Amino acid sequence: MAELTYREAVAAGIAQEMARDPNVVFLGEDVAAAGGVFKATVGLLEQFGPRRVRDTPISEQAILGAAMGAAMTGLRPIAEIMFSDFLAVCWDIVANEIAKTRYMTAGQVTLPLVIRTANGGGSRFGAQHSQSVENWAMAVPGLKVVAPSNPADVKGLLAAAIRDDDPVVFFEHKSLYAVKGEVPDGEHIERLGTAKVLRDGRDVTVLALAAMVPKALAAAERLAAEHRIEATVIDVRSLVPLDTETILREVVKTGRVATVEENPRLCGWGAEIASIVAEECFWDLDAPIVRITTPHVPLPSADNLEDATVPTVERIVATLRQAID
Amino acid sequence: MPASAKRKGPSEPHAPEEAAKSRNGHAGHEVDPGLLLKFYRDMLLIRRFEERAGQLYGMGLIGGFCHLYIGQEAVVVGLQHALKDGDRVVTTYRDHGHMLACGMDPKGVMAELTGRRTGYSKGKGGSMHMFSREKNFYGGHGIVGASVPIGTGLGFAAKYTGSDAIAVTYFGDGAVNQGQVHESMNMAALWHLPVLYVIENNKYGMGTSVERASASKELFRVGCYAGVPGEQTDGMDVVAVHEAGRKAVDYIRSGQGPRILEMQTYRYRGHSMSDPAKYRSRDEVTRMRTERDPIDHAGRLLLAAGTVTEDKLKEIDREVRAAVAEAAEFAQNSPEPDPAELYTDVLVPA
Repeated sequence: MAELTYREAVAAGIAQEMARDPNVVFLGEDVAAAGGVFKATVGLLEQFGPRRVRDTPISEQAILGAAMGAAMTGLRPIAEIMFSDFLAVCWDIVANEIAKTRYMTAGQVTLPLVIRTANGGGSRFGAQHSQSVENWAMAVPGLKVVAPSNPADVKGLLAAAIRDDDPVVFFEHKSLYAVKGEVPDGEHIERLGTAKVLRDGRDVTVLALAAMVPKALAAAERLAAEHRIEATVIDVRSLVPLDTETILREVVKTGRVATVEENPRLCGWGAEIASIVAEECFWDLDAPIVRITTPHVPLPSADNLEDATVPTVERIVATLRQAID
Repeated sequence: MPASAKRKGPSEPHAPEEAAKSRNGHAGHEVDPGLLLKFYRDMLLIRRFEERAGQLYGMGLIGGFCHLYIGQEAVVVGLQHALKDGDRVVTTYRDHGHMLACGMDPKGVMAELTGRRTGYSKGKGGSMHMFSREKNFYGGHGIVGASVPIGTGLGFAAKYTGSDAIAVTYFGDGAVNQGQVHESMNMAALWHLPVLYVIENNKYGMGTSVERASASKELFRVGCYAGVPGEQTDGMDVVAVHEAGRKAVDYIRSGQGPRILEMQTYRYRGHSMSDPAKYRSRDEVTRMRTERDPIDHAGRLLLAAGTVTEDKLKEIDREVRAAVAEAAEFAQNSPEPDPAELYTDVLVPA
């Protein structure tokens, strides 16, 4: 096991796959010479050269168009969209083209590509560089949607996404890039579409994604230490496909479920899970479903305002205490 | 650079002598009579196919959108004959002609139009979304301008893999004003990608004429900033199209980067079947049909060359009509899609 940061795990995952498959090509704005604005792709240019690791103009539609055209003919492109907010600039290519082409060709054309993007708040970047837009991608049939919470999953899930024959939108969380964690040595690959149970508890099942996972875990420790509430914490990891088997099994065990979501409340990913839980195991529930989310507002910039929008450990603890008491 | 651009578009105030050349012969290009006969047949197949599609639409057998290519046949036929096997093609929603010119089976195309399981996309694509990996035809895209970045990607992949294939991306005059065109041409020029950008300037972006939509009427100059050379060609003259295509393809295949061809053409029908096209005069349409029809033009060239007779042209028409009738019959007799298909091909099966 080596200890890597989340950002080092990104480069490690890409490098692992580029070394094994010459069809993997990586393009994006400032990804090569600069090593990425978040320094998540440092060293790739040196290792694989400018043919395979390519700086692009600031042209999101052309980046994804290039990736799509390349994927249609058998390459496995990784395209970086620097901030997930910028997906809106090229959403046509994502939602109308990449997501639908397999269907519209009746399976003739596969699109084995990965769109990597830095998602989420906590960095005081304001409303156009802080959004959590995983629910945008989740709403479009034909895309897989992944959002890792730790370095090992970054490497393993990114490798899996690159090898996958479907288009995958891979949401990295920008406030996690400096987080360190153990990453298995040698080739590491995870399975897409699997949630992971990180903590077992009897009282409530907490579902979290990306940067909300460490917060949910910290909240669970405090609930246990200070309030004798034992929470199961699940890292959802993949929104599409969604591991409903694991989620429902763990919800039934505790009879209570809470989601911790960074996306704005309306139509957030937890709303879909709440709906599934209500349909599938309503009679196993002992209490109403709880959703802890960012409110339905744009992300503000000032410290105190942003801290009041994105769910915090304190808010998770307080909300769950109130729900359980 | 575009300075050398030819300017002889059909609705431009073209010089009478040039128009006469176009009617009686062509602008100085020689073409093999056998190839010209192929152009003629291919254009006629598209014409008859589209006429039949229009009929089936009127009969309620084709639903949704149906954008006919009638009038523009010389563009895709002339250009496709300038390509070689392995070259990749992508276009917009006015795509039936492109599919036929790429060698796709009229039966499969008509079956897709009528929403049958034997269609190229098993009924899940429709008029605007058909593909053939086998023929290197990558759609069929419904969003104005979207074929441009995708075609750029097809060219990127060709270069990346060391193939000598080129990518041809067709789009209309309306798409020229889309931002993604600018992004794509810059990237293609920056990376010397083997992409031929073909602007099919049929004078109207839906109901808005180029005059009302574009500050510059010189659409072939759209790549000027990025240094993508452009040229304007009479898209109603299949020989001129082929010649311009051949030169552009040679240039691109030699590794010199992308090029633009603006084809001055004209669609006889409305934007789609539901468009009565009241934004232009009947006279304008009649004049184009009678004076500039690309199929009549090729027919006259063939007869003037003395290599075929009127009877031969009639025979070709009979053959083409028979092929189209067979396609229509095949389509109408094919079963509807299996309802289970609704849920397949969203993602690769696990």
